Amino acid sequence: MVKTTEESRSTARAPATTPAWPSDLKMRATGLDFYYGGRQALYSIGLQILTGRITALIGPSGCGKTTFLRILNRMYETVPHARPEGEVFLDGEDIFSLDVVGLRRRVGMVFQKPNPFPKSIFDNIAYGLRVNGMDRHSTLAEAVERSLRRAALWEEVKDQLHKSAYALSGGQQQRLCIARALAVEPEALLLDEPCSALDPIATAKIEELLFNLKDLCTMVIVTHNMQQAARVADYTGFFLMGRLIEFNKTAVIFKTPARKETEDYITGRFG
Amino acid sequence: MASAPTTVDHVRPPGRTWEFIKRLRRGDEVAHLITLLAAASIIVVTVMLVYQLYTNSTLPRHKFGFSFFLGKTWDPVSGEFGALPFIFGTVVSSALALLVAVPLGVGAAIFLSELAPPRISNVTTFVIELLAAVPSVIYGLLGIFILVPVLRKGVMPFLKTTLGFLPFFQGPIYGVSMLAGGLVLAVMIVPFIISVSREVLMAVPVEQREAALAMGATKWESTWQVVVPFARVGIMASVFLALARALGETMAVTMVIGNDPRISASLFAPGYTIAAVIANEFTEATGDLYLEALIELGLVLFLLTILINGLARLVIIATTQKGAAQG
Ligand SMILES: Nc1ncnc2c1ncn2[C@@H]1O[C@H](COP(=O)(O)OP(=O)(O)OP(=O)(O)O)[C@@H](O)[C@H]1O
Ligand SMILES: [Mg+2]
Repeated sequence: MVKTTEESRSTARAPATTPAWPSDLKMRATGLDFYYGGRQALYSIGLQILTGRITALIGPSGCGKTTFLRILNRMYETVPHARPEGEVFLDGEDIFSLDVVGLRRRVGMVFQKPNPFPKSIFDNIAYGLRVNGMDRHSTLAEAVERSLRRAALWEEVKDQLHKSAYALSGGQQQRLCIARALAVEPEALLLDEPCSALDPIATAKIEELLFNLKDLCTMVIVTHNMQQAARVADYTGFFLMGRLIEFNKTAVIFKTPARKETEDYITGRFG
Repeated sequence: MASAPTTVDHVRPPGRTWEFIKRLRRGDEVAHLITLLAAASIIVVTVMLVYQLYTNSTLPRHKFGFSFFLGKTWDPVSGEFGALPFIFGTVVSSALALLVAVPLGVGAAIFLSELAPPRISNVTTFVIELLAAVPSVIYGLLGIFILVPVLRKGVMPFLKTTLGFLPFFQGPIYGVSMLAGGLVLAVMIVPFIISVSREVLMAVPVEQREAALAMGATKWESTWQVVVPFARVGIMASVFLALARALGETMAVTMVIGNDPRISASLFAPGYTIAAVIANEFTEATGDLYLEALIELGLVLFLLTILINGLARLVIIATTQKGAAQG
């Protein structure tokens, strides 16, 4: 029942695409190459990101995980002479022909280093809402509370919403950044090593949070932490030197990888 | 502090370790002393400066007291000295300069750091920094030969016919005027504002820009709502640096401001600044009272600068605490 409405919505939005866009599919990349100037960083990546699932990207440093992630919301456009070739679809629409501001509102991003604005906790979260045209204070306050609750930060900060975000701990700042990204209600959330600057306890909190957010939005997470991928992700892709070596259910990747390179990496034989 | 170590150090011979530690300590002490001396010498120079200005202006201070600050006449012949027209001229010409230079300079800095291609930005900045090194007498000449005629023949008549109902644009048109002084100052300080603000803007972390973009902000929204506020303390610092230069500028101003100690609401009227009057009248000051009145003007300029810088500091502290921004 729910499926049919979703299906009709996505097809209505994208009449141009071939067959019907499956409703359990959020994004799809096909034959995706990427160049930094003359240097190729990605080679014909093909990957499907399923709705409401967490997809992890793993691989050794410099293999192109961040590069791939930053294509999905076209954040690569801030790098001069960076250029993708190939196709990426979001709900059946070609992301390269979408309006970039609208695309980024639909596909949010959380960065490696917590990067709150030097404003109050409230204003950090309200920023995205204001940019997207929500100005009324009452609805703003509701939305801020909702986002903070979703990011499991509300209880810790509800009495100090007007204090500087810089007064929070690193883990709290990162959850604030997640709350900030969630405030504009994105359909998908991209996370680039969101826990790499955090201690194990803060990391565990964020992992739990991601797990609880699955119903709300689709997530793609880059991580160097193998256990983290195994813990939180439904699907895992292994990158090596700009290529997607293997992509499958997380359990399959970690227990019975099809490729030798994947196995070597997972068992720590290189990387 | 055993001079003969009893334990064996496996890494290096004990004697060398001790030497090393001693060297380190002595080096630190020396560095500490040198930097302390450097810092102290600045304070000593400042104190000596104020002391000299103070002791060498006893005559007018005793004669006029506080009314020196409020006196409107400056008449060496009858021995009447009041600083108000000069304070007025200094403050108004500097304020006028800021009014023009701040929007221009900050705007240019935003363009150079955020929008221009890096190569163009670097070349332009190099040229702008050259401008900051041009001697002020050259600006004065440009003011006399280009700015003043343009003001007299074009700008001022135009302002008079269009905005002449405002008190700022009334009275006879000479060309040399408070307006000319303020504009020359604006041209002189704009390079400071541009080059410092550009540095500050470029130092804003990419993560800040990307955080805004990732939420669906446009390039301009991320620049104006995130990057500029993040850099605002540094931008303000650049403005105050420029203001300090404007307050003390002598040569270029005296060449175009008209050197007439009067207080007029009209920007078309000539004026006079503290620095300009000291430079112009110091050599021909006859009599101790005249000379010491000029020295007291120097003291006034010093106090004015301190006052304005103090206010600036307060502004910075107030705005940083509000947003609790600390880059
Ligand atoms: N802005 C850039 N300009 C030029 N080359 C870049 C740029 N960013 C990344 N690269 C190159 O692209 C390749 C992939 O980089 P990428 O950052 O995507 O790797 P990564 O898998 O995220 O690595 P890490 O795990 O260290 O974050 C690397 O060889 C890197 O040198
Ligand atoms: Mg990376």
